[in-house]
Formats: sequence, C-alpha cells, structure tokens
Amino acid sequence: MTRGVGIVLVALAVTAAVAAPLIAPHAADARFPGLLNAPPTVPHVVDDGGLWHAPFIYRWRLVSQLEQRYEEDRSQRVPLAWFSGGHLVAAPDAAAPLLVAGADSFGRDVFSRLMFGARTSLSLAAAAALGATLIGGIVGGLAGYAGGAADDVLMRGTDFVMVLPAMYVALALRAVLPLVLSAQQVFWLLAAIFAVLGAPFIARGVRSIVRTERRLEYAIAAEALGAPAMRLLLRHLLPATRGFVAVQITLLVPAFIVAEATLSYVGLGFPDTVASWGTMLHEASSNIRVFADFPWLLSPAAAMFLVVLGLNLVLQSDRSPERHALQRPPA
Amino acid sequence: MTRYLARRLAFAIVLVVAVSSGSFILARLAPGDFVTLTTRGQVSPETMQRERARFGLNKSVAAHYRDWFAAAVRLDFGDSMLYDRPVRGMIVERAANTAILAVAALVLATAVGLPLGIVAGSRRGGVIPAAIRSASLLLLSMPPLLTSLLLVFIAARTGWFPIAGMRSATTPGGGATLDLLHHLVVPSLAIALPLAAMLERLQAQAMSEVIAEPFVLATLARGVPRSRVVWRDALKAALRPVAGVYGLIVGTVLSGSFAVEVITAWPGLGSLMLTALRARDVYLVAGCAAAGAVFLAFGTLVADLALAFVDPRTAASASPDEAAA
Repeated sequence: MTRGVGIVLVALAVTAAVAAPLIAPHAADARFPGLLNAPPTVPHVVDDGGLWHAPFIYRWRLVSQLEQRYEEDRSQRVPLAWFSGGHLVAAPDAAAPLLVAGADSFGRDVFSRLMFGARTSLSLAAAAALGATLIGGIVGGLAGYAGGAADDVLMRGTDFVMVLPAMYVALALRAVLPLVLSAQQVFWLLAAIFAVLGAPFIARGVRSIVRTERRLEYAIAAEALGAPAMRLLLRHLLPATRGFVAVQITLLVPAFIVAEATLSYVGLGFPDTVASWGTMLHEASSNIRVFADFPWLLSPAAAMFLVVLGLNLVLQSDRSPERHALQRPPA
Repeated sequence: MTRYLARRLAFAIVLVVAVSSGSFILARLAPGDFVTLTTRGQVSPETMQRERARFGLNKSVAAHYRDWFAAAVRLDFGDSMLYDRPVRGMIVERAANTAILAVAALVLATAVGLPLGIVAGSRRGGVIPAAIRSASLLLLSMPPLLTSLLLVFIAARTGWFPIAGMRSATTPGGGATLDLLHHLVVPSLAIALPLAAMLERLQAQAMSEVIAEPFVLATLARGVPRSRVVWRDALKAALRPVAGVYGLIVGTVLSGSFAVEVITAWPGLGSLMLTALRARDVYLVAGCAAAGAVFLAFGTLVADLALAFVDPRTAASASPDEAAA
C-alpha cells in the first residue's frame, strides 16, 4: 500500500517535469506586473447567486499597493479555458490569469514555475545519480575485481570522501569555480560535483558484491571458459549489483534534490532567472513577509518533501527498510 | 586499545591537514581573488599590486601554501582579509556556536529517537509502533533544509520562538542562558527531527532483531517481567549497532547544520565559511575548513572510542577506515 503511494508521488513529479509546458498555464518567466505576490486563485463552480457554472475564477483586485493585499472581484466570472493554446487549462484573459499557487514577487505564476522547476531539479538529480552510478560502478567494479593494492587505495579514497560532510564539500567545490555561470554550465557542474560525492556510496557496495560474486561458480566457469576480464565484469559481475544500485539511486536522488536546493538557496546554485525549486526558495527567502503573508511562495519546499517522501515510500516495502538508513547519504 | 587509539588519532590528523590544505589550495586557485572582488577594478593597477602583496596573494600558490602551512602548524591562521581580524579568534568563536547547536541537536535526537525506537521495535503490531513508524517516515523525508523552513514558518506564525539569531539585542528577564536556549529551539529541532527519525528506525530494527533471539525468550520464560527484559537485557544488546552509527552522524549533523545556520541566521561555522568562500578570503576559508575538520575528527574519535568501550571487538578487529565508515 505505502509503496503504491510512493510510486504515485514519484510518477506525479516526473509527469510534472516531463509535461511542464503542457500542464503549466503560463511560461516560467511570464510576469503579471499588476499581481505581485498575489494569492492563489481558487477555482469556483458556484457563483454568489448560487448558480452552477463550469469551473471559473474571480480576478484579483489590488486593495493596497503598499501591503500587496488583494481581494476577489466577485462582479465578474472568468471562465477557465481547457485544452487551448497548448495548455491543459488556463484563463483566457491575460489580466486575470489562473494562479493555482499564487504569484511571486515578480508577478510570476508560482505553479508554472513549480512545474518547470521540477524539470530543472529532477533532471539535475537524475543526471547526477547516473554519473554517480557510472563512477561508483567503475571504481567499485575495478576495486572488487582487482583486489590487492588497487582495492586498498580505491577504498581508502571512497572512505575519505564519505567521512567528509557532503554539503560542505559541494559548497566549497562550487564556490571555488567562477561565481557567475550560465544555467547550462551550472547544471553540468553541479551534476559532476554531486556525482563525485555520491559515487563512494555506490562504489563500496558494488565492490563487495563483485568480490563475493567473483568467487561463485558461474564466474569461475566463465573465466575458465576464457572470458576476458572486461566481459566477465560487464556481462556477469556488474549485473549482479543491479538491486543494490537501484536502492542507492533511490537514496541519492533525494539527497541531490536537496543539495541543489540548498546551494541555490544560498545563491551558489542556478542563477535566479532559472526556475528550480532551489531558486524559488531563494527568491521566497528574500522576502521577510513570506512566512506571515505569502506562504504559497514556500510551495517548492512542499514539492520537495512529497518527492523525497515518495522515493522513501518506494523503498519501504523492501525487506528491511531500516538498513538503508545506515547507508543514507547525508543530505 | 592503545594501538587503536593511536591509529584513530593519526587518521584524525590526516583528516585535518588534508581538508584545510585542500581548501586553502582550492580557494587560492579559484578564479578572481579577494582584491579583484572587493575593488571591482576601480583602483589603479599599482594599488591592486600593493594590496595583493599585503595579503600574500602575489606569491606563487606553492610558496603561499608553504608559508601558510608553516604558520598554521603553530596555530596561526593569518588575518581574515574581509574582517581584518585574526582568523583563529573568529573560528574559535564560530566553532563554539556550531558546537552548541550540534550538541543540542544530538542530545535531543538521542533523547527522542532511542526510546521511541525501543518502544517501536519491541512490539509486534499495534497502534503505537505504527504511529511512531509513520512519524519517522515523514520526518526522514524532511532534510534540515525543509524542517528549518517549516519550523521557522511555525515560529513566525505563532510567535512562540525567535526565528533568527542566537541572542536578543537586549538581555530579557531570565538571563542570557535562558535567552540562548530560547533561540536554540528552532535551529536545534530542525537538525534533531530528521536525526531522531533515523535513530528511531535504527534502534527499532536492532531491537526487533534482538527480541527474536533465544536469550530473550529464555529470560521471559524464567519469569522476568517483559518491561525489564526489554529495557535492560535486550536494550544492552541492541545498543551496539546504534552506537556504531554515531561516528557517521557527526558528518551528517555538520552537513545539516549548514542549511539550518543559513536559514535561521545562527552565527556558526557554516555561514562564516559561505561568506569567506564568496569573498575569496583564502585565510578564512582554510581556517573554517580546519575548524570543521577538527570538529569532525574529534566527533568521530569520541564516537569510535565510545563504541570501542561498548563493544571491545571494534578496537580489536577494525582498521581505522573501516571503523569510520
């Protein structure tokens, strides 16, 4: 049961990322200058007269420019347009946009940015996890296959990286590179840093599995039949680590999502123009009133929680989920 | 035991030297130095050269590192370029603040996590273990970045606790210690909550494994009350695997404290490191890294010694790195 919930949560997040341009009512950088920090527009089906309509919203009327307070203008309904203009749902009137999760301090639609932000945050985490698997697989595979001095050196290296507080290493590595980079450069740079920091968690387990499998009869048989080392490793030994690697990736992805958010939060991640969950939180945190008056700006935190929870729930049905807590990379 | 201690100490020294040296060299190699960043090219080249010479930035990286290292082994970390104060004094003050936060979080997490884990692990089924387990799952999905945002959100809405800083501008009634504790609630809880969840899960797992062992059944059969078996006999055996995790947790706490320090404006090592890195203040970066590494090495050492004390087999068998991992 819990696993099903987890799969649904993860699937939702992936759908949001993949289909962002379709689901999001607006572009990530579309601004509504009259609606700075406007609250969410709630879809209604019943108007004040008690009559039923297709889902509609009311437009926001600015009550106080200074305090950025808004009030629903109930005199006129704004019907929602479905499947028009390449969007799932939107309000056709540009002056009364559909703001499912409110607007940020630039008047941008938070919900749309959340969808496009899922793209950035999730694809970065996925790319980093892939990189960590590659590096960890190579290092762990070689160490486990070769044994001896090479094994010793490689494993000391991974131990050393694992002892360090990952967040600080990521911070230091990012900070010593040029502070201003394009979004593309930041993406690959962070993916590389995260991959290197995540790799030891994969390498350790891969190494011990490869070591054990190597001594099993099927591996000895393959070797006796003249399979070259490369073939033995790629075709026979590494596939045995599949299950372990899958679990590790499920643990690394949440850590990477949070690491991106933390770095962007302190201004060392993506530039502010890019929509990512981290830059959105960074933007929100610059406003002192966010906690009291504009809580919808914190929705990226909620999104992050749901994705991490989803991934954790997927792991739950394994025989002993507690075991993973031990191997959990520090987020 | 002495050999074990010596090996652990050697590892600690290697850790501190490697981390501080690495960060010094990295910060030195980083594009754009302190002088360029602060003057933004608004002054004459001669002035820039003079400023660089003042900070030692005109030396080659190797020579600069050699000079810095020679001074650093005598615990002289140079003067911060940004604050124009000796780095040593600054990092000692900030490290103490981080230590307060980390120790408070560890104590809280242990005090909450272990008993709940014992309760959840010693029962089969029932409402209470299920509730504890669900709460842990939710909290495990909230890294310190999210817990601190959530707690600050709650504190800001209710006004129960201060949301930023370490002390009030004016000492309120009740004295400075109470004021500090009041400020400590949000940041320490932010680190402690996910940690408590992790400890609870580990303890529950260890406990349920021990409960299944024959000696527990035998003790129960002799008529020893169940609560005594759980809280005395089984607990003794179940504490070992959990004690082994504390060495790893130190790094987790440090990592977690970074986000928390930034969000709750706690004047610790993490926020200082961030400032230093951004300003390319080489001496301050290396000093912070050294302090962080000492922190980490000390914490790991204490945790390992405690483990060796609880379980002497650790010291007899483990190589230093295996014990750390």
